[in-house]
Amino acid sequence: MRPLLLAPALALALGASPALAATIEVTIDKLVFSPANVQAKVGDTIEWTNKDVLAHTATVKGGWDVMIPAKSTGKVTLKAAGAVDYFCRFHPNMKGHVEVAP
Amino acid sequence: MFMRSSTAALAALFFASTAPLAQAAEKPTDPQIAHIAYTADTIDIEAAKLAIKKSKNKEVVDFAKDMERDHEAVNKQALDLVKKLKVTPEDNDTSKALAKAAKEERAKLAKLKGADFDKAYIENEVAYHKQVNGALETLLIPSASNAELKSLLETGLKIFQGHEQHAEHVAGMLK
Ligand SMILES: [Cu+2]
Repeated sequence: MRPLLLAPALALALGASPALAATIEVTIDKLVFSPANVQAKVGDTIEWTNKDVLAHTATVKGGWDVMIPAKSTGKVTLKAAGAVDYFCRFHPNMKGHVEVAP
Repeated sequence: MFMRSSTAALAALFFASTAPLAQAAEKPTDPQIAHIAYTADTIDIEAAKLAIKKSKNKEVVDFAKDMERDHEAVNKQALDLVKKLKVTPEDNDTSKALAKAAKEERAKLAKLKGADFDKAYIENEVAYHKQVNGALETLLIPSASNAELKSLLETGLKIFQGHEQHAEHVAGMLK
């Protein structure tokens, strides 16, 4: 009987597949996203760590818009596959690129 | 028609105020560079405060708030650095010329209203950031002798370049 009781919990865990979703770290230092290009999968999270004393954003035209306050972090969970360019709304010379695999 | 003449006046001011920066034949010292950088930042903060007070356009007010926030953060960093380096910022002709041109520009802007103000403010922001970028690239960064000051100016250049593009974007939306 025991394994049967465990089964739903196991199924739930697999369904959410937390082990498969990764967090990709991007650092912002002196107005530069690094790495500027990252590869991810749908369900992965990108987390930006901002070392600057300035607030930045990671913004996709017609897509996500993440606020990254000064000396803080911001994140987005990727929901759609495809390659996107992102930039900072406050400093549009800051650019990054994400390739999201299905 | 009014717009055109106002733009021409701004352009004239821009060239007039670029001259002191472009013609400064002598290399500024680090204390003078620190003063010029601080002055350039403060000018943009004051212009931003005027825009926050006067403009009713959300894009313009948001932009002005971004300028105020960034330049205050940069100035704080600059002050922390001069303190650490025990450098006393020193007033000089370039700082004086910048401050004088900015005062005239603010007086002009103060007389404008509504969309005329918004357009003139943003166009001046584009021109002003361009002017400071030029000064940073050709004069201030090459002249800085302290490595930390140079690095701060290099980051400042990236910020000003970003603001210039941001201002151009807002200017495009006002058209
Ligand atoms: Cu930014």
